Amino acid sequence: MKSSAIAPARRSSGSFGDIVFEWLCRGAGVFVLLLLGGIIVTLFIGGLPAFRQFGLDFLTSTRWDPVEGREQFGGAVAIVGTVMSSILAIILAVPVAFGIAFFLTELAPPWLRRPMGTAIELLAAVPSIIFGMWGLFVLVPFIQRNIQLPFGDALGTLPLVGFLFQSTNFAGTSIFAASLVLAIMILPFIAATMRDVFEQVPPVYKESAYGLGATRWEVMGGVVIPYTRISVVGGIMLGLGRALGETMAVTFVIGNANRIATSFFDPTTTIASVIAMEFPESLAGGLQQSSLFALGFLLFLISFIVLASSRYLLRPRLKG
Amino acid sequence: MSATTDLHAIAMRPRDESARRARGRRRHLVDQAVRLFCLIATAIGVFFLASILVTLIWRGAPAIDLTVFITDFRPTTYGEPDAEKGGLLHAILGSFVQAGMGVAVGTPIGILVGTYLSEYARQTALGNAVRFVSDVLLSAPSILVGLFIYQLVVLPMGGFSGIAGGLALSIIVIPVVVRTTEDMLTLIPNTLREAVVALGAPKWKMITLVAYRAALSGMVTGILLAFARIAGETAPLLLTSFGNNVVTWDMSKAMASLPVTIYQQANSGFPDLIQIAWAGALMITTGVLLVNIIARTLLRKRI
Repeated sequence: MKSSAIAPARRSSGSFGDIVFEWLCRGAGVFVLLLLGGIIVTLFIGGLPAFRQFGLDFLTSTRWDPVEGREQFGGAVAIVGTVMSSILAIILAVPVAFGIAFFLTELAPPWLRRPMGTAIELLAAVPSIIFGMWGLFVLVPFIQRNIQLPFGDALGTLPLVGFLFQSTNFAGTSIFAASLVLAIMILPFIAATMRDVFEQVPPVYKESAYGLGATRWEVMGGVVIPYTRISVVGGIMLGLGRALGETMAVTFVIGNANRIATSFFDPTTTIASVIAMEFPESLAGGLQQSSLFALGFLLFLISFIVLASSRYLLRPRLKG
Repeated sequence: MSATTDLHAIAMRPRDESARRARGRRRHLVDQAVRLFCLIATAIGVFFLASILVTLIWRGAPAIDLTVFITDFRPTTYGEPDAEKGGLLHAILGSFVQAGMGVAVGTPIGILVGTYLSEYARQTALGNAVRFVSDVLLSAPSILVGLFIYQLVVLPMGGFSGIAGGLALSIIVIPVVVRTTEDMLTLIPNTLREAVVALGAPKWKMITLVAYRAALSGMVTGILLAFARIAGETAPLLLTSFGNNVVTWDMSKAMASLPVTIYQQANSGFPDLIQIAWAGALMITTGVLLVNIIARTLLRKRI
């Protein structure tokens, strides 16, 4: 009888603790949802004055004039710069990342796989400001001397595509430098994702193809890639999402000029780097600051779409 | 695809000996070319990692001396040998204070969310939504977090502050801790949970006293990785704590941090300040890579 008198009391204290703890956890989960919503709403409210003032012109105008009295802001240069530098980075990074992933899953001797994989992953952990400094002090002078001059001379005279290599800017800070630094930064993310999905292919599929006499490349092209292509695209989108929002590394090397780059060696700017350059000095509540918020809102939309589709593409494989 | 057609063709025309040999040679050549390409790609990846590390050591190591650790900012010496040299003490302290606040605020929230996803909402609609949003936040542009905190904290407080910097970093910590906490708790076998509940323990005690303990090393790894991630964050701090030239513990004022100080001094154009920036860059990279390696070793022991 004694024990039955105690037991219900204990159970009720336990269930009270259960309710509190479960609601704590659920509340934290809802907080994360509110955080994302809060970021979207805050950026939109911050950008509202600029959207009101310029309307749709904000998306298409290339004028960015913060001088008092004739303030005029258009985001086209930054938007185009963001998208172009990221796409160029993807074009540079994907073949190399694929090569690394193929090497790590199929070609490398087992004793080399782990240290190599770790080295690539450590490259992903290096802070972006380090890439920026390395880009500014090592890569940019190299591009200036050894890439822009010979390539500009040799390819600048080509018909139709020659203008891509001609530039009056000889500082070395350019969209090409930015894309190269971005490519190096996203390389480990894409390579690691590709390696992980390649490893998920059931060995029996590959062994069957090898048993028929297929070479390693034929197994890759005929079995592994068809099996994993959705996840591979997801990994590339993840890299693209990272490249779009990267700030410090790009700010160091892109030249920060408000004009659309017509050549690989022209300076331009991106949304993230124009925010980093101008926001700390902009007047609180001013039109310039509002325009930067508006750009931030657009960047959020673009990268949200890219990251969300990346998650969607990677999801079924992650569960399997 | 090409593999199947080639193999098919071989099987169908066994007597055409020379054509078969030519095809075999071509397949072999393509395979060799692809192998060479992969080798070069891997070499490129390793080359860039090595180039960054070598540059850091080559330019940073000569710049590291005692002065860097015990002095705060001094203006450029203009190359005069007896002028007072500056250091990074203010930035190192500021980084530890803000990153410490970021971890202290972000970790409990992250652990609760991870627990929710693993123990309460594995397949519910709300759980999937939270998991998705947390994954998006993990890769979202960090400069936008800076804009968010600027609007939410810096403007109402009337200026840049260390508190704002710490809060911005805590938002970056949350999704990292959520990911590792959920992954580690999901690894725990259900029999362990059932055994604890069968003893009469309420669920919250099962989670806090048993599940957390079983997942401890993995969760600590997550916190370490989160710390390493925010130690190098520059963009959000530029918009929230902005930077400062003196040693301060006052988090209600603008506060220096290692990455922002590196950024400002690297762009100053003065060789002596750039050298100090390289010293800071070497420090931060060494720290971040060390923490990553420690975290990996912790995790490997568990698995």
